[in-house]
Amino acid sequence: MAVTVRIPTYLASLADGQNLLDVSGPSATVSEALDSLWKRHPGLRDRILDEQGEVRQHINIFVGDEAIRFADGLATKVPERAEILIVPAVSGG
Amino acid sequence: MPQVRHVSARNGDVIVLVGTMKGAFILRSNGARKKWEAGGPYSIGSPVYAMAFDQRKGRRRVWWAQQSFRWGTVLCSTDDYGKTITEPEAYSVKFPTESKLVLKNIWQICLGRPDEPDKLYCGTEPPALFESNDAGTTWSPVQGMLDHPHRPRWVPGGGGMCLHTIVPDHKNPRRMFIAISTGGAYRTDDGGETWQACNKGVRAEFLPEKYPEFGQCVHKIVQHPAKPERLFLQNHWGLYRSDDAGNSWTDIANGVPSDFGFCMAIHPHNPEMVYIVPIESDQYRCTPESKLRVYRTSNAGAKWEPMTHGLPQKNAMETILRDALTTDTCDPAGIYFGTRSGKVYGSSDDGKSWQVLIEGLPPVVCVRAALVGEGATHSPRRRTSAEKKRTTAKKTHKRTPAKRVSNRVKRAVR
Repeated sequence: MAVTVRIPTYLASLADGQNLLDVSGPSATVSEALDSLWKRHPGLRDRILDEQGEVRQHINIFVGDEAIRFADGLATKVPERAEILIVPAVSGG
Repeated sequence: MPQVRHVSARNGDVIVLVGTMKGAFILRSNGARKKWEAGGPYSIGSPVYAMAFDQRKGRRRVWWAQQSFRWGTVLCSTDDYGKTITEPEAYSVKFPTESKLVLKNIWQICLGRPDEPDKLYCGTEPPALFESNDAGTTWSPVQGMLDHPHRPRWVPGGGGMCLHTIVPDHKNPRRMFIAISTGGAYRTDDGGETWQACNKGVRAEFLPEKYPEFGQCVHKIVQHPAKPERLFLQNHWGLYRSDDAGNSWTDIANGVPSDFGFCMAIHPHNPEMVYIVPIESDQYRCTPESKLRVYRTSNAGAKWEPMTHGLPQKNAMETILRDALTTDTCDPAGIYFGTRSGKVYGSSDDGKSWQVLIEGLPPVVCVRAALVGEGATHSPRRRTSAEKKRTTAKKTHKRTPAKRVSNRVKRAVR
């Protein structure tokens, strides 16, 4: 199953300098796709998920145009050739 | 983004670590402590609530907690004053799954005792005590504090709910004090397995019961290693001393314009001398009468006197937060504090006179200082006459300006 993950530039140094990452494999859900991502680039995990395995509060993940927080969270289905987009939320001070 | 600069420090220099709401800075001076240069910012854009300098085993390691509302909180370090930064790939301070807690911030980084050169502690939000026995590579929560039966009844203060103060007893290796906002002061006498609330006599102005067993908003506790049974405490309303290792507390707000405040520091060589910066009320939270005054006691709180020489005495609506006041270990001692308005002041004469070290910083939340080359920052001692002569000689030595080099971040497990 062909799936790609696009990460913020801030995190690219933890993924060999790449922003667009291939996680092709058994990735039926966002959770499975991210598991593949962590195996290839382990430094990304703690910056995107907290220690309880939840997506950090100010991180948004989209499958295509759909925010997973308004779908099934990490259990959101990932269609073939989907792009998963990880972006920091518009927040801060 | 600001240009990152670096300082280099050699033995006999003094460094002041400044954590701000937008990154960390390292200030350096020679032993005279008159002219300062600044390195940083590091962790640009991130609040840095905790910093520490570990010189044990010959290290020259600066630690800081990099908080990000996006990416979480991670402990960073440098062994070359910022030229190379270690930010671990996997975060080292994490709550265990079964706790169901998520690390929000690290409020305190504390070195272990001099005879524990690889020991480090940190205090976190939500309130927990973590320890490392391998000089900061791996960390684990102190279970007795994590499982404390009072935990469900601790509540957040204005800054959050955090364990912000760690005081290891230097004579009794099984004893340690911590403070939680809002939970109060706790002591262990069995190496962290159990913790007793020790707030007897400390006021909780904001609760129906004014002197509860716990629930006080203790802002800072200090102890002198030479007199560990004596503690001083700055409370959210209240200034106290304990002469029995925290079993009871006595009000010592004698002659201060307000007994509200956040910060407190003890003189490195005089167990009777303590510094505070009173704040006017928990509503206003600025210096009384718009005067910036450090108050000092020379007799363990029997009397406090304002130290104002060099500090603005009008239009100074300043706030100095709980970790933004500190000392170095020189003699006479350097006293340093940072303001929420981004200024860092320093004194090289025990607080008698002050100068601005740097201004225009983001809001300052943490200040730490150290004499470079001293064996252990938590083992203060007076300098020998030979060391004083060497420092005097350094005053004539010209240094080159801080070199501009790019800031390289090395993300790797040390």
